[in-house]
Amino acid sequence: MKHFPTLLSHELRMLLVSPATYVAATLFLGFMGLVFIKIVELYGGAPQETSPAVVYFQLFWLPVCVMVPLLTMKCLAEERRAGTLETLLTTPVTTAEVVLAKFGAAYALYAALWASTLGFFLVLRRYSGDERFLDAGPLLGGFLFIAVSGLLFVALGVLASSLTRSQSVAGILSCVALATLILGGNALADSPWLDQGLLRPLRVAVDHTHVFGHRDDFARGVVDLRHLLFYASGTALALIFSILSVEAKQLHA
Amino acid sequence: MSVPPPAIEVSRLVKTYGGTTAVNDISFTVAKGEIVGFLGPNGAGKSTTMRILTGYLPATSGSVHLCGLPVATRPDEVKRRIGYLPENNPLPEDMRVSEYLYFRGRLKEVSRRQLGPRIDEVLEICDLKRVRHRIIGQLSKGYRQRVGIAEAILAEPPVIIMDEPTIGLDPHQILIVRDLIAGLRGRMTVIISSHILPEIEVTCDRVLIINQGRVVAQGTPAELRREIFGQSSYVLEVAGDPDALAAALAAVDPTLRTAAADAAANPGPEEFRRLRLTTARTDELGDGIVAALSAAGCRVRAIGREHPSLEDVFLTATRRSWDAVQAAAPRPTAAR
Repeated sequence: MKHFPTLLSHELRMLLVSPATYVAATLFLGFMGLVFIKIVELYGGAPQETSPAVVYFQLFWLPVCVMVPLLTMKCLAEERRAGTLETLLTTPVTTAEVVLAKFGAAYALYAALWASTLGFFLVLRRYSGDERFLDAGPLLGGFLFIAVSGLLFVALGVLASSLTRSQSVAGILSCVALATLILGGNALADSPWLDQGLLRPLRVAVDHTHVFGHRDDFARGVVDLRHLLFYASGTALALIFSILSVEAKQLHA
Repeated sequence: MSVPPPAIEVSRLVKTYGGTTAVNDISFTVAKGEIVGFLGPNGAGKSTTMRILTGYLPATSGSVHLCGLPVATRPDEVKRRIGYLPENNPLPEDMRVSEYLYFRGRLKEVSRRQLGPRIDEVLEICDLKRVRHRIIGQLSKGYRQRVGIAEAILAEPPVIIMDEPTIGLDPHQILIVRDLIAGLRGRMTVIISSHILPEIEVTCDRVLIINQGRVVAQGTPAELRREIFGQSSYVLEVAGDPDALAAALAAVDPTLRTAAADAAANPGPEEFRRLRLTTARTDELGDGIVAALSAAGCRVRAIGREHPSLEDVFLTATRRSWDAVQAAAPRPTAAR
């Protein structure tokens, strides 16, 4: 991993000069800003039982399904299309270093964008003078969920980008994979037919991979090791498949 | 005392993709400091061979050694010893020239202390100082090509591999690239593929022609001419008695022959005529011919030795290999 810092700083720089990053950042901050304004309006109208931070993270899946593909679709697909991956891999760097650097840069930007929305709560607290608007528990739990789940979401985006030469195909693949994982899992979790006889093992698997359930647990302050293991192993698997995909395509270049 | 290994040693190299054999049992060596031209028609297997040499593609069978190191088992060490300019020279569009060279230098493990002066040096060598702060995507084809060459020589590797370095360049830019490559002679081993054959002839010490995945000829351009054509030719403008002329030519070299069409013409002893002579000898016979013809009372107005160009050698060698493949192919059986 000798070249990882060089590659990571290069990738961060390339993300910062890419228009797709600014499109993703604008869409994300605009959308989360709107969500936040609606929450403030809701809580200003009548007292609510749940903390505003819990409500804030309920719609996390929508920006994730748009932002992650925009941040990751270019990373390997475009390098392969342009041929720059070939020149990169004829220097003494390994495929693993290249993939990890691209993942690291995209994840750093993803995390930084989410972290910047903490400013919404700080601004509200500053101007309302009400401590309750900065309910530390659910806020910390929500951001921890975003940080942990983001590892898997970004790794899935990198994997989608490693499978094709086309940025747009990579973006669509990534969006579909994320929607399937987040929304598909939620739809299955609500399906009563999974409780029947032979399908019960499948119900256990669906419950373990139910992202909305994980979000609720984190927001309640429950940090379950099984959830952490799910995201860590999923991330590792997606990155290993990304490395294998780059190497397999190299064999048939 | 042990003999140092050649810079590049390729032995019985084979590469197949999904049933198609791109490289078929190629063997060659390149000595240290030598500049070798790699010629072949499109699809001959040049780029595949070069990619295998860089360690980017694995070979199906055979062995490749760079500076004595096996590419298959020690690719990381091999990659530290090569500079590679791939076909079409892919470059990141949104980086500045100096930033790109700095990034590549760090990946090639040039120390930070040495990298700054070395970047200045390669910018100077490749005449890129004026555009060092320009974004690569905004550069002309010639500048982009030179950025690729600057990157290949940046870490001063012992072996440089360039796939079509002069493609798309204008004659001035080709001259600059030619001088640049010539400047590497003796210091670095260079292997270049190109379709611009006069370029290869001027720049390279040795030429390797491949076709349909096989080496069809290799050697210096002079050796290839000898091997492919097997004779030298002279063009002569002379006036004099045809019998005396034939006797004088036979006295210089018994293998000297006059082209059939020229021999049939008989314009008379006072008129100048143009003759094309061929000989099996490869040494220079011009002075001897002039002296013999003058002694025989003939008047010589002009004499010149004809050199088949590398293009002629290339076309003949590749055509010969296609003919050989066709001859070896099984003939279709007649329908009953």
